[in-house]
Amino acid sequence: MLGKSPWKMAVAATAIVLLASGCSGSGSEDADYTNSAIIGILEPEHLVPSNTTEVSGTQVLESLFYPLVSFDAQNQPVERAAQSITSPDNKVWTVKLKKDFTFSNDEPVTADNYINAWNYAAYGPNAQLGAYFFERIAGYADLQARDPDGAGPEKPAAPKASALTGLRKIDDLTFTITLSAPFAGWKSVLAYNVFYPLPKAAFSAPGVISEGYEDAPIGNGPFKMKGSWEHDTQIQVVRRDNFKGDKPKVAGIIWKIYQDQQSEYADLVAGNVDVQTTIPVESLSSASGDLGDRFKKSPNSAFQFVGFPTFQKEFQNPDVRKAISMAVNREEMTKQIFLDSQTPATAFVSPAVNGYRPNSCGVACKYDPGKARTLYKSAGGPPSLTISYNADGPHKAWVDAMCNQIRASLGVNCTGIGEPKFSNLLAKAENKQPVGMLRLGWVMDYPLMESYLGPLYTTTGSANFWGYNNSTFDDLVKAGDAAKTPADSIKKWQQAEDILAKDMPVIPLRFGQNVYGYSERTSNVTVDLFGEVDIYKIEIAVDK
Amino acid sequence: MFRYLVRRLLQMILTFVGATFIVYALTFANADDPIQALAGERPVTKAVRETLTERYHLNDPFLVQYWYYLKGLLTGDFGTSLTGRRISAMIEQAWPVTIKLALLSIVIAATVAIVAGVISGVRRGSIFDNSTLALTLLVLALPIVVLAPLAQLIFGIKLGWFPPTAGRNASLYALLLPALVLGSLVFATELRVTRSSVAENLRADYVRTARAKGLSRRRVIGVHVLRNSLIPVITLIGVDIGTLMSGAIVTEGVFNIPGVGFNLLRGIRTEDGPLVVGFVSVLVLVFLVVNLLVDLLYAALDPRIRYE
Repeated sequence: MLGKSPWKMAVAATAIVLLASGCSGSGSEDADYTNSAIIGILEPEHLVPSNTTEVSGTQVLESLFYPLVSFDAQNQPVERAAQSITSPDNKVWTVKLKKDFTFSNDEPVTADNYINAWNYAAYGPNAQLGAYFFERIAGYADLQARDPDGAGPEKPAAPKASALTGLRKIDDLTFTITLSAPFAGWKSVLAYNVFYPLPKAAFSAPGVISEGYEDAPIGNGPFKMKGSWEHDTQIQVVRRDNFKGDKPKVAGIIWKIYQDQQSEYADLVAGNVDVQTTIPVESLSSASGDLGDRFKKSPNSAFQFVGFPTFQKEFQNPDVRKAISMAVNREEMTKQIFLDSQTPATAFVSPAVNGYRPNSCGVACKYDPGKARTLYKSAGGPPSLTISYNADGPHKAWVDAMCNQIRASLGVNCTGIGEPKFSNLLAKAENKQPVGMLRLGWVMDYPLMESYLGPLYTTTGSANFWGYNNSTFDDLVKAGDAAKTPADSIKKWQQAEDILAKDMPVIPLRFGQNVYGYSERTSNVTVDLFGEVDIYKIEIAVDK
Repeated sequence: MFRYLVRRLLQMILTFVGATFIVYALTFANADDPIQALAGERPVTKAVRETLTERYHLNDPFLVQYWYYLKGLLTGDFGTSLTGRRISAMIEQAWPVTIKLALLSIVIAATVAIVAGVISGVRRGSIFDNSTLALTLLVLALPIVVLAPLAQLIFGIKLGWFPPTAGRNASLYALLLPALVLGSLVFATELRVTRSSVAENLRADYVRTARAKGLSRRRVIGVHVLRNSLIPVITLIGVDIGTLMSGAIVTEGVFNIPGVGFNLLRGIRTEDGPLVVGFVSVLVLVFLVVNLLVDLLYAALDPRIRYE
């Protein structure tokens, strides 16, 4: 039998394990922490540029890669890695790259790096989440696999081609992009991270990204990886001294990974993280007390709205939709529920884009309970309304508040319905089940009105889940795409937006804002329209 | 003893397969559209959807999917998560910190509970006894979702005694606060059980005999009473491992510890079946092994117990 001694042994063993684990864990890298800005993010899903569409991954990639263009304060695209991007007809675009740029493994950046990366991104079987950006380039359709039985068990046939016909190399530093239809705003689109180049080292074979690449991406940017991606912990990057583009001011960045915004906020207040780009709603009321003037707000591109399932009969009369919109008090909602962290929306595109007009929605977005009630009655609106939302997001409070407003203004019953997940919401709308009004949000891909008008409201729009269709509107958006100059485009798009104000396919509710905070040793912190920290401007005071 | 061990191990295999099956079925029932969950609120193109569906066998019937998974598991392959990370690597990275945290909180909770339980069992009705009663009631009443952020706010931010978050490579000191919070989940019941068990054993015949033999009070309580009183407490600690693991889902989130609890939560949120099942399988294994060890410890505590 075990006798008397196992007792003491068990205690001793536990003590040893605890001590050992305690000692092994404390590999401190204090020097890195004092020289680098520590910016909080969530665990990125991917670090391959074309597969990254969420903000945390995008933010990390921004430090490792240098974009062809980026935006100035007026949202105009400005060349960065590109020397020039020109087009005589908005259809064939010539990209000239700047000389002497290298990847962090000293490989020169050439036109091939862009072409190969883009072909990889657009190739259907690679299933890159950012593939839809390449839809405008000629030959995109031939790179998509045609599955004989949809999502069925049979393997899809290989696509017809593996390279976009619209991409052509002229010389080492020049290539052309041919679009399938002219698009005046194409230069702005190129700023997105899916258009970053990939080095030869990223590919293990033509068209195959090597398995370890994502753990330590090699880019053409101002920083390079130090070590590799420590999943769920941090990603550390250090400044490249031989970098030819704009030089950031900090010696390095530690992208510290949090699972939860509350815990990130706790670290921000305690000074363990330098920047938090999104302060959680729960902490907003105490943030200005905790952070003083280090608590800041800046506009971003988020647009929150409620869509009408126009396939449902009771919502087919635009006057019903207008009446419901007029029954909602947007100011009260942003003030009481969002504590001014969002602003009331009275337009169909975000203020972040050129061509935005502050009140394009007109009277239909003005709170007027009396008028709303008479209009609703005369238009024969349904006797009860529902607003569906996904219960895994922070939506219950404002949906209930909105319902209360509608109930008070229109005198009809209104209830909020929580669907477990966003996909449940979409599935119902896509199958044209009677879903009632549904809550949705949108952030832009590039700062053009088209980034809202196209996906959200055109008949074939990728995020038009409520079945709005108006061919005049579609034509105007297309005419805007094809216009000669960006100014002409905006004119057409504004005309299209005017149609929305008449038709009211959605109720615009709120525009997003970045509510961010930073530590005492940090300065010059700005968060842009995409919710990203400007890594070129941020500075830290290094203790001597 | 040997036959007992073999029997238990065989039972463990059955339990293990059964548990993974049930968990797989549950996550399967929970998953509506993992691909949409991956893309957040952005639209997913048809090509992406089709390719990912084929890659992860998402469209196959449940039993076929489970078969793919089991086949991988039997060859030691836990599969990949929907974001393309190897689940075996994720488990490897997540376990050390969770084990550290769990051990720390077990040790703290058990030490405090047993010491305080013995004292209040010996001095029933004293001020100490009554105040521990009040304290345990308070701790039992506070759910961990309240306790964890509260402790973080008070001790991490306002008083600044502990770092507010820990992280993967946290020092023992940084883990102390989360361990205390986690330990509070189990400390209260352990204390109550120790107390009643000690109180009962104090009246037992063998204690009277020991006293009559003239043994010192310290020896009577420390050796004779304690050893017999620990059997129910040890059982409880074994079962508590499960409580600690589920409590870790909250604690690890609040204190930013990328351990098992956090990964489970992420897997559930992103409808990532293989990820959830991978972590639960290992959890089930730990739970089974710990409880086997607990059963074996009985024999050490009470020589009358024999396993055949």
